[in-house]
Amino acid sequence: MEKFLFRFRKNPELYIGAAISAVMMLIIIAGVLFSPYDPDSMDAASKFASPSLKHLLGCDNFGRDLFSRLTLGGATTLLIAFFTVLIGITVGTLVGAFTGYYGGAVDEVLMRFNDAVLAFPSILLALVFISVFGSGTWKVIISLGIVFVPSFARIVRSEFMRCKNLDYVRSARLMGAKDIRIMFVHIFPNTVPVVLSSAVIGFNNAVLAEAGMSFLGIGVQPPASSLGRMLSDAQAFLFSEPGYAVFTGVTIALMVLGFSLLGDGLKKNA
Amino acid sequence: MSMKRIMAMASAAIILSVALTGCSGDKKDASSSIVVGIPQDLEDSLDPHEAVAAGTKEILFNIYEGLLKPDETGNLNPAVAEDYSVSEDGLTYSFTIRDGITFQNGKKVTPEDVKYSIEKSAGMMGSPSLIPAFSNISEVVIRDDRTVDIVLASPDIDFPAYIASIPASIIPAESANDASKLCGTGPYKFVSRSPQENIILKKYDGYWGTPANIENITLKIIPNADSIVMNLNGGAVDMFARLTATQTQQLSDKFNVLEGEMNLVQAVYLNHAVKPFDNVDVCRALSYAVDVDNILELTSDGKGYPVGSSMFPAFKKYYVDLSDTYPTDREKAKELLASAGYPDGFSFSITVPSNYQPHVEAAQVVSQQLKEIGVNAEIKLVEWNTWLSDVYAGRNYEATLIGVDASSLTATAMLDRFVSDADNNFTNYSNAEYDELFKSLYQAPTEESRIEIYKELQKNLADNAANIYIQDMTEFVALSDKYEGYVYYPMYVQDFAKLKIKEQ
Repeated sequence: MEKFLFRFRKNPELYIGAAISAVMMLIIIAGVLFSPYDPDSMDAASKFASPSLKHLLGCDNFGRDLFSRLTLGGATTLLIAFFTVLIGITVGTLVGAFTGYYGGAVDEVLMRFNDAVLAFPSILLALVFISVFGSGTWKVIISLGIVFVPSFARIVRSEFMRCKNLDYVRSARLMGAKDIRIMFVHIFPNTVPVVLSSAVIGFNNAVLAEAGMSFLGIGVQPPASSLGRMLSDAQAFLFSEPGYAVFTGVTIALMVLGFSLLGDGLKKNA
Repeated sequence: MSMKRIMAMASAAIILSVALTGCSGDKKDASSSIVVGIPQDLEDSLDPHEAVAAGTKEILFNIYEGLLKPDETGNLNPAVAEDYSVSEDGLTYSFTIRDGITFQNGKKVTPEDVKYSIEKSAGMMGSPSLIPAFSNISEVVIRDDRTVDIVLASPDIDFPAYIASIPASIIPAESANDASKLCGTGPYKFVSRSPQENIILKKYDGYWGTPANIENITLKIIPNADSIVMNLNGGAVDMFARLTATQTQQLSDKFNVLEGEMNLVQAVYLNHAVKPFDNVDVCRALSYAVDVDNILELTSDGKGYPVGSSMFPAFKKYYVDLSDTYPTDREKAKELLASAGYPDGFSFSITVPSNYQPHVEAAQVVSQQLKEIGVNAEIKLVEWNTWLSDVYAGRNYEATLIGVDASSLTATAMLDRFVSDADNNFTNYSNAEYDELFKSLYQAPTEESRIEIYKELQKNLADNAANIYIQDMTEFVALSDKYEGYVYYPMYVQDFAKLKIKEQ
């Protein structure tokens, strides 16, 4: 117990963040799996019903159970964030590893291209991709994924540049290990702490980016629900039925808060 | 949308907005003014002979006038024409131009202007006509310096209604080669347009009729439906027409909410050139699956007038109530789907312009209802411009939820778009029987027989489930309590001239 308190005091962000994220995840998963209501089923009788035991958070303008919709919307948002970060990390790590390890012309070309992508504000770039691909859940993932590649590529590249001349890499090279093996068996594990903390922060950014895009009406399309989409719908009832917007907003805030604390904590530990 | 089309629209808009300012020119007087919110910019055209969007025409109604003009009861009153007479064979309409009537640029309306305008809107000048019935005009003759005869190829009792419609407005002949000369004879004149921002109108002092009460009108464009209420409550906008029931509930008590009929047919319009909507059983199945009462309850607190065909109740003479053609019956819908070869349902997309909140909400309910028969309707929200170019002009869509109005005070205006080769047949409806019936309209000897045919046409659309008909929506208008005098018309127009500042 004392040991835990000591660790907690040393890095409270990590534990608080982990706790918030874990609780949110649990609620979302439990909600999606065990929700008594179909999140899409409409009921004129319970239009804007207030929170009660029957409807934990009340109902929206179509009489849909808000709790069920929030968990489903949260799941959609998490799914988008997860795949976005996955695309970003996978492609970013590959690009970063090769450019960082080999340097030279490939590095120059890819990194200038990287800089060009980074030069645009990320949400603007995502908007451009959306207008090319069209809107919808998977298209949002692809658009955001592309936008997230450069930042991961940079982080991984700098780690690889730092590591490639360290002694353990040199000795591996002397022992005749192939480049690919050195890159992914020897160097990559050493970049994991850094990548992980930036992945969590990236996850955070992805949640906000999805919410922003759906709020603007170009992300997830109705009747599918996502937190951003719901916030955009709730906006119309901000004054008459504030509960709708408040519950949705709090969900986004808690989710982002949890992940950002977790990210900070991981960074401290790294 | 092709690049060329964008360029054409953009350049037309720029020319017109620069040009139409030429019509005005006197100093601004801020004695009385009102800010009216509108959901979209008048992008398609400011030329009354070219504007197709209802949202554009309802504004142009204040600027342009035809030889005749409808009033709020649906009567056609003389406007640019002082009087008219019809020859005994019903072929020659003789219009006498109102004495002393002037365009907003101060010039007198001449018979040449009338001849030019009618010929242009009839498509005799090369540009396409927005009034298909005007193909019936064989010639326009100037009889003397105040009289113009319009000669028809065959009698048409709807003709005065077409003459009174916005696409038949009278504009100066000199605007033919110089768009800067474009102006009308209405109570308001165009002052300026800032794209995506506002349009400014000013009272025309030389108006022949009852002058407008309010001097300056600013039409503020609010494409984001979510911010309408904020704009109203915040005082940025004094009036907004066509709100949803939920929007009106959030208004502060500084607003009066008026209720009337919108005079349009809200429906899920199906593109019959696209599978599976070429199959009549599929269309019928969808109609059985959609529960209109439930849509009304969820989106407008039950307000609205269910319709079953392409005609709204205000056209009492022609309207036949077909709203019970497809009572909600999901079992029957599933059977029909199965017999049409879709036992497991299918997927399609409903394109909805995102700036029309009532349609966006209705689409969500429809999509949910269709899910119950295994049909997956995805909603595709698009910008209004994209809707106009892709859906209406390009006919590149599967289904769209929209309200269709009448461009003139005739039943034909609601029904001619379903004739298979009509220019405005954006649903690609093709039915030989319908075409035959429609053609027989022009041979019908009496008005009674014509009304019979109109009713048959409506039944044809309903029987074949041409579209998933929903309702004629209730029009909620929010008007600041500083103003009064909003008038509902039996057509899709807004009459700003009757608005006035309330006496305190």
